[in-house]
Amino acid sequence: MKENLNQSNISGWGGYPIKKANVIYPENIKQILVEVKKRNLIARGNGRAYGDSSINENKTINMKYFNHIISFDDSFGILVVESGVLLEDIIKTFLPRGWFPYVTPGSKFVTVGGLIAADVHGKNHHKEGSFGNFIEWFEIINSKGEIIKCSKTENTELFKWTIGGMGLTGIIIKAAIKLRPIQTSWIKQKTLVAKNIDQTFEIFENNMNATYSVAWINSTKTKDNIGQSLIMLGEHASIEDLDKKNIKNHLEIKSKKNKIIPFYFPDWFLNKNLIKLFNSIYYFFGKNTSKEKLVYWDDYFYPLDKILEWNKIYGRKGFVQYQCVFPLKKSKDGIIELLMEIDNSSVSSFLSVLKRFGDQESNFSFPMKGYTIALDFPVSKETFDLLEKLDDITLKYEGRFYLAKDARMKKEIFKKSDKRIQEFINYRNQNNFDEDFQSSQSSRLEL
Amino acid sequence: MKNKNVLILGALSDIAKSIAQKYGENGYNLHLAARKIDDLELHSTDLKIRYNVNVHIYEFDLLKTETHKDFIKNLKEIPSILICAIGLLGQQKDGENDLELRTKVIRTNYEGPLNIISDFANIYENQGYGTIVGISSVAGDRGKASNYIYGSAKAGFTVFLSGLRNRLAKKNVHVLTVLPGTVYTKMTLGMKLPKLLTSSPDKVANDIYDAVNKKKDIIYTMKIWRLIMFIIRCIPERIFKNKSF
Ligand SMILES: Cc1cc2nc3c(=O)[nH]c(=O)nc-3n(C[C@H](O)[C@H](O)[C@H](O)COP(=O)(O)OP(=O)(O)OC[C@H]3O[C@@H](n4cnc5c(N)ncnc54)[C@H](O)[C@@H]3O)c2cc1C
Ligand SMILES: NC(=O)c1ccc[n+]([C@@H]2O[C@H](COP(=O)([O-])OP(=O)(O)OC[C@H]3O[C@@H](n4cnc5c(N)ncnc54)[C@H](OP(=O)(O)O)[C@@H]3O)[C@@H](O)[C@H]2O)c1
Repeated sequence: MKENLNQSNISGWGGYPIKKANVIYPENIKQILVEVKKRNLIARGNGRAYGDSSINENKTINMKYFNHIISFDDSFGILVVESGVLLEDIIKTFLPRGWFPYVTPGSKFVTVGGLIAADVHGKNHHKEGSFGNFIEWFEIINSKGEIIKCSKTENTELFKWTIGGMGLTGIIIKAAIKLRPIQTSWIKQKTLVAKNIDQTFEIFENNMNATYSVAWINSTKTKDNIGQSLIMLGEHASIEDLDKKNIKNHLEIKSKKNKIIPFYFPDWFLNKNLIKLFNSIYYFFGKNTSKEKLVYWDDYFYPLDKILEWNKIYGRKGFVQYQCVFPLKKSKDGIIELLMEIDNSSVSSFLSVLKRFGDQESNFSFPMKGYTIALDFPVSKETFDLLEKLDDITLKYEGRFYLAKDARMKKEIFKKSDKRIQEFINYRNQNNFDEDFQSSQSSRLEL
Repeated sequence: MKNKNVLILGALSDIAKSIAQKYGENGYNLHLAARKIDDLELHSTDLKIRYNVNVHIYEFDLLKTETHKDFIKNLKEIPSILICAIGLLGQQKDGENDLELRTKVIRTNYEGPLNIISDFANIYENQGYGTIVGISSVAGDRGKASNYIYGSAKAGFTVFLSGLRNRLAKKNVHVLTVLPGTVYTKMTLGMKLPKLLTSSPDKVANDIYDAVNKKKDIIYTMKIWRLIMFIIRCIPERIFKNKSF
């Protein structure tokens, strides 16, 4: 039989770096077992990590065919799925029945395997924590070809290192996750305006009981107005919150046509002036629209998903994300210094997003109590120079880096940022995982 | 009366999976037939949960013709729509030197579908209704060096379907010929395909679903392939033979 092998150029969502890799599309567990025994490979979900987390040039295992829903227990909301199932499919299937994921990233085009491996956070981390909190168990294949079931009570070491372990502990095959009961598919959104960073932080701290909160930072502002932002709070709407028109189909999924960016924009398109213009316009309209409104779930959680392949607006060279988190006490100073450094440079961030994280206990996951900022920049020499400076600032304020967004960090920097990294390396080493499961990213960072 | 049931042969093909989703979404009960019964089991559980429809599965090998009588007998009911998605591309170069391989390609794309569809044609003709969907290929519209073994078998299949349509048109039995261009599936994995002309399995499934409802005879998917194949067929043989495709 023809081996499902495909030499192709692949990248993460940022389109940088692009690598030539052997991609395999196993259709069942037997086929994965054969591959795993040959070692040196990485699992790939839907490639939504921005950089090189799910690329291995020797062998990348694309989990596309592991896309089956296995069971759903509607008394407890426990869903069992294969790891390649997309969040989109989960929502499509279960939202009409009154269920929604507890934790979601800003895109629904991600797989359950990717959600576990990056231990993804949403806009509710301050209150409900990361995706890992809602995993009942999962099954993972190790390099000996054993299928190991892990949970809080079973094979706990492997369980803890896999959540946030970026695919470097094995290939997740299936998982049981808990869904949230909801009454409607709408979110009650409240927008608050903050003139500067002090107000931004104050609003976050005063709204710790809001289920969702996120700030969009107006990156055109400096000096006294640095950190000017729109803060969006959200709650799942109850039936009573809806107007008559929507009550009838309160759990409806509307069929909408997505737009698609058909071609790559030229590399010069998103320049500093245009980004500033967009940001000013967005702030102007945001601050003047009604403060409270009902927003459809898709528009609230996934505004970017409506434009398919939006990453092409950055041009063929692609773009990079930069996301770090600072401990609570150092967050404000750290973020001010980052924003000032960006302002001093010749590049700008199109989208700058700030979130508050709550407590987090985990072996290797990104979140910690404090503030996280996510920025994106078109790929260029200037950007890379700037990012090295941002790295230094992050280290200076004892911050850490999000691997799901990284495409270029130096290993020395990364290793300095977090003492858990050495423990992770030791764990991989003891179990020979370091030779079995590798990504371009893990090789670059020597994990 | 007509029932809302569809039978899909080759149910684990990428295109067939999208077709099952499309029909499931629209409330059809699904009858799925394929060789790998274990994989089919998983697939059927998934469809049941997603769409709340009945799903029946059957082990089915197109080339084991001796089993087909029992296969039909064991169907929970006779679905009013039959869709055959089975196909085998095979490596053209290998096929040129390998009798066994090329026979298999011909049997899988032509002889096999012809036989099983013929059995259903008789049933549908007797009951006075039914829809038969055959997935053939644009490769059957003109032979080229890179895939003419497969292409010639698909050509035979296309002609079979058009003859069958002619026979059954008066009998209230609808025959739909589907001619996909290139589609991103297991079959074409690793091949360089023209991005703008290559479709997704979901798109093909949508087109088939619409064409069944509108009782179309022949569809190209994507539509542009009708024009492309028209032009390709117009090229005189003496020029065509020297070109490489
Ligand atoms: C528009 C956008 C918004 C985003 N917003 C957020 C956000 O708000 N919060 C957040 O936390 N993240 C966010 N992300 C990042 C994204 O959620 C993560 O990168 C996620 O891991 C992507 O999932 P994926 O299925 O595409 O995985 P991939 O990108 O393919 O892989 C990501 C990692 O998971 C591993 N992996 C994937 N499948 C498996 C498996 N079956 N077994 C073992 N390991 C596996 C890979 O090896 C890799 O290390 C966003 C991304 C985009 C594009
Ligand atoms: N992809 C394209 O570009 C393209 C273009 C034009 C036409 N088509 C046609 O579209 C149809 C679907 O193909 P696809 O693209 O979805 O490819 P695919 O995923 O490879 O599907 C082909 C299916 O045929 C099944 N099959 C082969 N021999 C069989 C047999 N003896 N008995 C039972 N099943 C058998 C295979 O079953 P197993 O899973 O058991 O192997 C496989 O599921 C085919 O008729 C193909 O010729 C495809």
